[in-house]
Amino acid sequence: MTQVLFKNRHPDRIATLEEYRAGGGYEALTAVLSEYPRAKVQQLALDAVLLGRGGAGFPAGKKWMTVAESAPFPRYMVCNADEMEPGTFKDRVLIHTDPHQIIEGMIIVGYSVMAERGIIFIRASYENAARILEREIERARAAGFLGPNILGSGFSMEISVHRSAGRYICGENTAQINAIQGKRATPIQPPPYATEKGIWNLPTVTHNVETLACVPHIIQNGPEWFRNLAAHPDAAGTKLYCVSGRVQHPGCFELPMGTRLSDIIDIHAGGMTPGCTFKTCLPGGASTRFLPKSLYDIEMDFDSMKKAGHRLGTGSVIVFDEKTCLVGATLNMMEFFARESCGWCTPCREGLPYMRDILARIEAGDGKPADIPLLRQMSRYVWNAYCALAPGAASPVESLLTYFEDEVQAHIRQHRCPFS
Amino acid sequence: MIPDDFRQLLARRIAGVEHPREKIMDVVFMIQDKFGYLSDELLEDAAGLLKMTPLEVEEIATFYEFIYRRPVGGHVIHVCDGVVCWMSGHASILDHLRGRLGIDFGETTPDGRFTLLPTCCIGYCDRSPAMMIDRKVYGKLTPERIDEILEKLGLDTEGDSDDTGSL
Ligand SMILES: Cc1cc2nc3c(=O)[nH]c(=O)nc-3n(C[C@H](O)[C@H](O)[C@H](O)COP(=O)(O)O)c2cc1C
Ligand code: SF4
Ligand code: FES
Repeated sequence: MTQVLFKNRHPDRIATLEEYRAGGGYEALTAVLSEYPRAKVQQLALDAVLLGRGGAGFPAGKKWMTVAESAPFPRYMVCNADEMEPGTFKDRVLIHTDPHQIIEGMIIVGYSVMAERGIIFIRASYENAARILEREIERARAAGFLGPNILGSGFSMEISVHRSAGRYICGENTAQINAIQGKRATPIQPPPYATEKGIWNLPTVTHNVETLACVPHIIQNGPEWFRNLAAHPDAAGTKLYCVSGRVQHPGCFELPMGTRLSDIIDIHAGGMTPGCTFKTCLPGGASTRFLPKSLYDIEMDFDSMKKAGHRLGTGSVIVFDEKTCLVGATLNMMEFFARESCGWCTPCREGLPYMRDILARIEAGDGKPADIPLLRQMSRYVWNAYCALAPGAASPVESLLTYFEDEVQAHIRQHRCPFS
Repeated sequence: MIPDDFRQLLARRIAGVEHPREKIMDVVFMIQDKFGYLSDELLEDAAGLLKMTPLEVEEIATFYEFIYRRPVGGHVIHVCDGVVCWMSGHASILDHLRGRLGIDFGETTPDGRFTLLPTCCIGYCDRSPAMMIDRKVYGKLTPERIDEILEKLGLDTEGDSDDTGSL
């Protein structure tokens, strides 16, 4: 299995700058700064079909192209290391494995949009990762890859680490822009897009940690090489899949984009925990839909998932077995979403706690048959919310009712949780 | 009131940035590391340094999980209640902690040593069930392991976090 992002992975330590450079690290940056027009960098990412790994799958190159030539300075390049989606831990593993590819990616993207201010936004529970990044930023600067006039190119860039204090909505790119400015982190609906008016009304390009880490490799080896890393011709690159829940070996694995779910679970995560049978999984974190067993062989890439009516999300697979109560699991996630709602808009602020209460009633054995259509109606209603948090929150509920209505019915009929 | 030398330390942290309020998290974390929590008085002091109104600081302080606006114990224990930890025994971990400390969520032990709080998924689902103490992560928790951790914290206040900076 070709390892790109994890090629310097060691079980017990972080790859050093020297090790990263020995494997070709910072050669892409050197080439870009000496001979690549900015448009070429953007075109390479576009040709490589680099899709945003933060969950939405938006083409990275296209995002950079929306920063106008004439846009004002200074411009911002933000690395989104908030990673608060339940079940997701790939960015943490990546930072703890080989942090310089993230830093190099930021500088290259920074150059392609002429952003001289880089900010890594990182969650509070990743304090160690934050310190690693601060230390390695200093090392990159000492080696001449950061700071004024990088490698004599005339392009300058500084990167700093911005710590968050724990709130899921800060991962949403516009809320994050508010958070970075020291403002209350509520989202801002476009237009204008952040690439036009972001931090302090200046152009701001935000990317997920994993997206940025792919960039140097694309520059160095070419778009075709990157596309060919995938499991089939309609996908591109590798993907960091995290697997947790009822499997033998939970962990984060770099596999071809489009690897089948069955292979991810059975081969790479060591199969189900002994004595457990697969019931379902959330394929991309808590804001994706429960996947029915009939899709156990599905190819895990953005397109294939979308065609099947699902979302790849962050590619973080949470595996549930036959003995785990899905009403209980959904209730747990709805507690999370209701608590994390930023409170800005009514459908989410009021709707999510209402859905949580209905689920709590069903789980406690006090549910009524009418609760099922009510929950369905609410799952649709919260799509009226201001940002994508609430529709994401509705995904487990809606899919619970679509694929596992029997289980919900059993709770209502028996006036108790059949699993307890 | 913030002692003068500490105020200078904070001021240095902010110095040179165009928009001081961008540094609010760093300032609050530095204050909490020193004083445990963000009291009304410290909040007002911080607001002055950040060129914000106390209300603006309050707006942000109340938004986040790891900003404490009330006194907390010497060690703040955040137990993950995310869905993976829920599946892998969060309830029994919590029962054990409650029993050992004699407190519930939101409470501090009478000797002021420990505060117990929940937290959402902390991104260590591959090592669930997990918890955070003083912003260090502890995974694969069992009652025995919790006892060891608590004992270490009680003895030398350092702890053996398994999140030592490597994988
Ligand atoms: C509620 C919510 C939380 C999000 N959290 C994250 C996050 O923690 N990390 C992340 O990279 N993207 C997160 N996103 C997606 C970002 O808004 C944004 O699309 C992404 O950072 C862009 O980077 P990409 O193009 O590289 O994927 C979140 C979105 C929503 C709606
Ligand atoms: S959907 Fe929720 S998180 Fe998004 S703006 Fe509305 S209240 Fe805030
Ligand atoms: S659910 Fe507990 S660490 Fe992710």
